[in-house]
Amino acid sequence: MRRLTPYLLALPSWMWLAIFLVVPMVAMASVSLQTGNAIDGFAMTFSFSNYTDAIGTYSTQLLRSLLYGALATVAMLVIGYPVAYWIAFKGGTRKSVYLFLLLLPFFVSFVLRTISWSFLLADNGVLFGTLKSWGVLPAEFHVLATTLAVVGGLTYNFLPFMILPIYVALERVDPRVIEAAYDLYASRGAAFRRVVLPLSLPGVFAGVLMTFVPATADPVNAQILGGTANTMIGNIIQTAYLTNLDYPTASALSFTLMAVLLVGIFVYARALGTENVLEAAAR
Amino acid sequence: MRGGRLGDRLLHGYTWLIIAWLSSPIAVMILFGFNDKKSKSNTTWQGFTLKWYQELFSISDLTVALRNSLVIAVVSTVITVVIGTMLGLAVGRYRFRGQGTTNFLVFAAISTPELVMGASLLSLFVSGNVPRDGTTIIVAHVLFSLSFVVVTVRARVIVLDPALEEAARDLGATAWGTFRQVTLPSIMPGVLAGAMLSFALSIDDYVVTSFVNGSTITFPLWIVGSVKTGIPPQVNVMGTLIFGIGVLIAIANAVAARRRS
Amino acid sequence: MNPLNNPALLRGMTQPRTRRDAFRIAGLSAAGLALAACGVEGKKAAPPKADAVKDFWSKQTKHGHVVFANWPEYMPEDQAPLKKFQQQTGISYEYKEVIQENAEFFGKADPVLRAGQPLGYDIVVMTNGVQLQHMIELGYVVPLDHSQIPNFLANAGDKYKDRSYDPGNVYTMPYSSGVTGIAYNTRYVKDDIKSIESLFDPKYKGRVGMMNDAQEIGNFGMIALGIDPEKSTEADWKKAGEKLKAQRDAGIVRKYYDQSYIDAVSKGDIWISMAWSGDVFQRQLAGEPVKFVVPEEGGTIWTDNMLIPKGAANPLDALILMDYLYQPAIAAELDEFIQFVTPVPAVQDLLREKAGAAKGGAKKSLLQMADSPLMFPSEADYAKLRNYTKLTTAQEQVFNPIFQSITQA
Repeated sequence: MRRLTPYLLALPSWMWLAIFLVVPMVAMASVSLQTGNAIDGFAMTFSFSNYTDAIGTYSTQLLRSLLYGALATVAMLVIGYPVAYWIAFKGGTRKSVYLFLLLLPFFVSFVLRTISWSFLLADNGVLFGTLKSWGVLPAEFHVLATTLAVVGGLTYNFLPFMILPIYVALERVDPRVIEAAYDLYASRGAAFRRVVLPLSLPGVFAGVLMTFVPATADPVNAQILGGTANTMIGNIIQTAYLTNLDYPTASALSFTLMAVLLVGIFVYARALGTENVLEAAAR
Repeated sequence: MRGGRLGDRLLHGYTWLIIAWLSSPIAVMILFGFNDKKSKSNTTWQGFTLKWYQELFSISDLTVALRNSLVIAVVSTVITVVIGTMLGLAVGRYRFRGQGTTNFLVFAAISTPELVMGASLLSLFVSGNVPRDGTTIIVAHVLFSLSFVVVTVRARVIVLDPALEEAARDLGATAWGTFRQVTLPSIMPGVLAGAMLSFALSIDDYVVTSFVNGSTITFPLWIVGSVKTGIPPQVNVMGTLIFGIGVLIAIANAVAARRRS
Repeated sequence: MNPLNNPALLRGMTQPRTRRDAFRIAGLSAAGLALAACGVEGKKAAPPKADAVKDFWSKQTKHGHVVFANWPEYMPEDQAPLKKFQQQTGISYEYKEVIQENAEFFGKADPVLRAGQPLGYDIVVMTNGVQLQHMIELGYVVPLDHSQIPNFLANAGDKYKDRSYDPGNVYTMPYSSGVTGIAYNTRYVKDDIKSIESLFDPKYKGRVGMMNDAQEIGNFGMIALGIDPEKSTEADWKKAGEKLKAQRDAGIVRKYYDQSYIDAVSKGDIWISMAWSGDVFQRQLAGEPVKFVVPEEGGTIWTDNMLIPKGAANPLDALILMDYLYQPAIAAELDEFIQFVTPVPAVQDLLREKAGAAKGGAKKSLLQMADSPLMFPSEADYAKLRNYTKLTTAQEQVFNPIFQSITQA
């Protein structure tokens, strides 16, 4: 019975994933190799050209999305790590309160949040209008419809997903280990760099995984906050699927995106030096 | 810990700064719940009024949508936390065949673009003749939240000292007793974090829900639909109340925590 | 850490796959191939024969219930028109605001209807355009019985009785229309805008908003070149595409918007934009400094239409409700709330009458509505307005990329 325990524990989730993720994915893989259109029908033609065509046409948006995703992830790491650190070590009995407060804005619809940001960041709105009237900013200055707005939006929207896993990893660091470092005459900086940081890396990895991936694939921020040169791959897939009903291209792009992300994560894990990429994601 | 009180203070202030930053658009939202708007759009300030608080439930479809969202979020969070914690325990604690596949599936679930997940689920439901409604929404929400819970719980489980559980057993505890009194409390931070993530993901989800909802409307769906012609202030009021209740819960928790310590 | 120094990793990478792995992969491939054998059948339907239609409707009876799916904010909050309908006909209703985007709605409806299952709605509202065309082409729409829609025949404006996208109103009845023209913020734009060329004027560099919908932006590109979109050819589309590309490369456009352009214009983020009449009107009611104009060269008129989807459970009740909404008093109630263009011209006078009996703020709004060319375009306006380009599926696959490569670059 003991030996069966892990299988029994895993079974419900496995079944859920198998039915609702694997089966549709295989179907989608099949669609990605078909040709045709929604009216006249699709037929399986094993067109790998769907992939090459799609990648060729949309390479700009694909690379751009990876760039924005990476920029946002780095920003989230830099901004979020100190917060996770403080809550884990200094949060005391109120740790879960802080976490809850971090997540609370996300219980309110993202549409409302994003519209409120458009309002706050308006060219001549409360914030910039005032600064412009004081002469601090040039009249032409604007944040909306720029790359900065999109990356900023991504950073804002996925920050808790970076903070939470890092917090979970830091929270289990035994304070005695840090004490030991101090006893060995380490400065605060050195103690952090050589003791805490390495111990937190698995949490950092999980955080990167849960932010880089959705940020790169996100269509919403580019749609609402972006300008003419900010279209991301998520927008392309959305248009291909919903407007053009071009299911093969949309599917091919989706798999390409997933493959690229997988490669990206793998490279990052190698750089981190973890032995088994996917197992590291567990830590 | 020795030294660096200033550093601690700075970090403390910084943390509050980030919390404030994350909440800043909420301030705008709250403000416009008091806007005495005369036309359909709610984007320029026209005066203060409390009437939207009185007329909060006057748009019946909106109220129904809010209720749907809350029910769906609670149910899907419970399911996700239960089966996700189980999987997190399995993968973090034991070595067994299928670990690699599990890891891959967890990754695949996170990295699937929402649009793709929604579309493929819809095709599945349609070809299986499954009617789309609240149940299918819950299924979808569990699907995309599962990975987040598994990753978060697993991170916590990995470091658990099996010796504690062995000791409990040696003292005659049953398997379930051991779980309830030894294992669960120690993985609780991971489980709670996963639960909060799952709830937030569910109550705010738009893309996937829009594919599998059939004719059941959720709060985000309703709001996005009303953007075209102007979001009514009742939406702001509801958001304000949700936020307000959340803050109250946080405060209550903090007070209780202080009492406990 | 150099992976080559890690024996575990090395083992994993170099060892031959176990039998179990091999079976697993083979199993997946087999499943994949099995699914690969399925394509998706095309389903172009032939237009219905007149007797088939008559036959269908003669078999229908009133069931006493109707499910109406619509866009948000297209029905007064108290649902008064629907309540009156229930009182007068005894038919109970369910009203659901489930439609937010034509493309998205079609994307969800297509797999369901293709599988021969009912959508669950008796009335559905869609804008004229590509998706509506697909619905009709694929045989997803029930043709209407003209012998049972007296109110429509009596009260609908002539312009709404014979639309090019549905000649003879075989399938659809208009619900509400809108005009695409130019909106501009008078605080920043001091000139009187009259020409469509203002959207391309370098004077407004970085302050111009264009729509990201291929049909909308394509129409304006063509109108700016003097081409009638309804008669356009592929060569015309390419020319329009080039003009729009030049506009983009010159940095004139700030962003390609969905419906959020109106917020941007109001706030002053953009000064001039492609716009829908109803959106601008609502802002004007709020006292914002936005003006709307139909360009001299022309603008676009679009219509949101009611239709009965295939497999609807209560088609006769649906038909009765659709016709009921064409009574002038009811249409007036609707339009007072919706504030776009109603297909019932008599509404204008009714609003004036109501204004006469009203007082204060209500009177002012009602008069503003009745007198507004945004809600009641003049004949001159109508003459300038064009429909979207009519596209076959094959043409769509040429048309869309031309304009999407500009809006999604």
